Amino acid sequence: MPSLLIDRDVLIEAPVEVVWRTLTEPAQMAQWFADRVDLVVEPGARGYMGFGDQGGPVVVEVVDPPTRFSFRWNDNVNGQPAVGNSMLVEFTLTAEGPERTRLRVVESGHESLDWPAAEKQRYADDHRGGWGTILDRLATLAAKRQRE
Amino acid sequence: MTEQADDELWSAIADPSRRRVLDLLVGNGEASASWLAGRVPFSRQAVSKHLVVLERVGLITRRKQGREVLYQVEADRLDQASRAMAELAAQWDRRLGAIKRLAESAHAEAKRRPEL
Repeated sequence: MPSLLIDRDVLIEAPVEVVWRTLTEPAQMAQWFADRVDLVVEPGARGYMGFGDQGGPVVVEVVDPPTRFSFRWNDNVNGQPAVGNSMLVEFTLTAEGPERTRLRVVESGHESLDWPAAEKQRYADDHRGGWGTILDRLATLAAKRQRE
Repeated sequence: MTEQADDELWSAIADPSRRRVLDLLVGNGEASASWLAGRVPFSRQAVSKHLVVLERVGLITRRKQGREVLYQVEADRLDQASRAMAELAAQWDRRLGAIKRLAESAHAEAKRRPEL
């Protein structure tokens, strides 16, 4: 992922199947995510998520019960979310015991289409933290400015 | 900041090529387009396009030095962008927390009523 933005996880005291249902059943999604979820959880399905008076189209990418679920979305899009104009949200569920699950979410930004594949990989390897490098350098720069 | 400006800022930093350009500018302090082009895996034309976008959203400014144009990062605006990123992370933490509560109470309920 050359454009990693967010990587968070949580440990849940429930079996992986229970977490999967909470994550993917539209009625449940409406409780943890959007105000309005109009979505069929099937690969390639197009739907809509609403947040108050805002919202936007969603396209389901991967549905691999009970371990992987991903979709693309973009609240500022002309047309359907696709590679190059949308954010990819990927959930991974890992059983850490019969009644314990780690749920991880990764949100990555617009893929850059103008990079050769090898460079993308190198960038991904260099930038595990994604945004971290810029912030580190910004802090250094700010400190330098303060000294000047 | 208006919502439109927010969207533009977001879109500017969501692109990894532009983050790479920003990264180089933050690291170097000030740089010309050709200096940047020598350090990125994309073309000089692409660098110019990214600089236009970054300048439009206020993340960088330019000044002329002789015949050269030098670009530098606007620290306040970048800070604003990084706060937007932190807010996005916090938003996901809240969502994961909500999933945790829902799943754990569903599981506790199922254990209490095993016949269902």
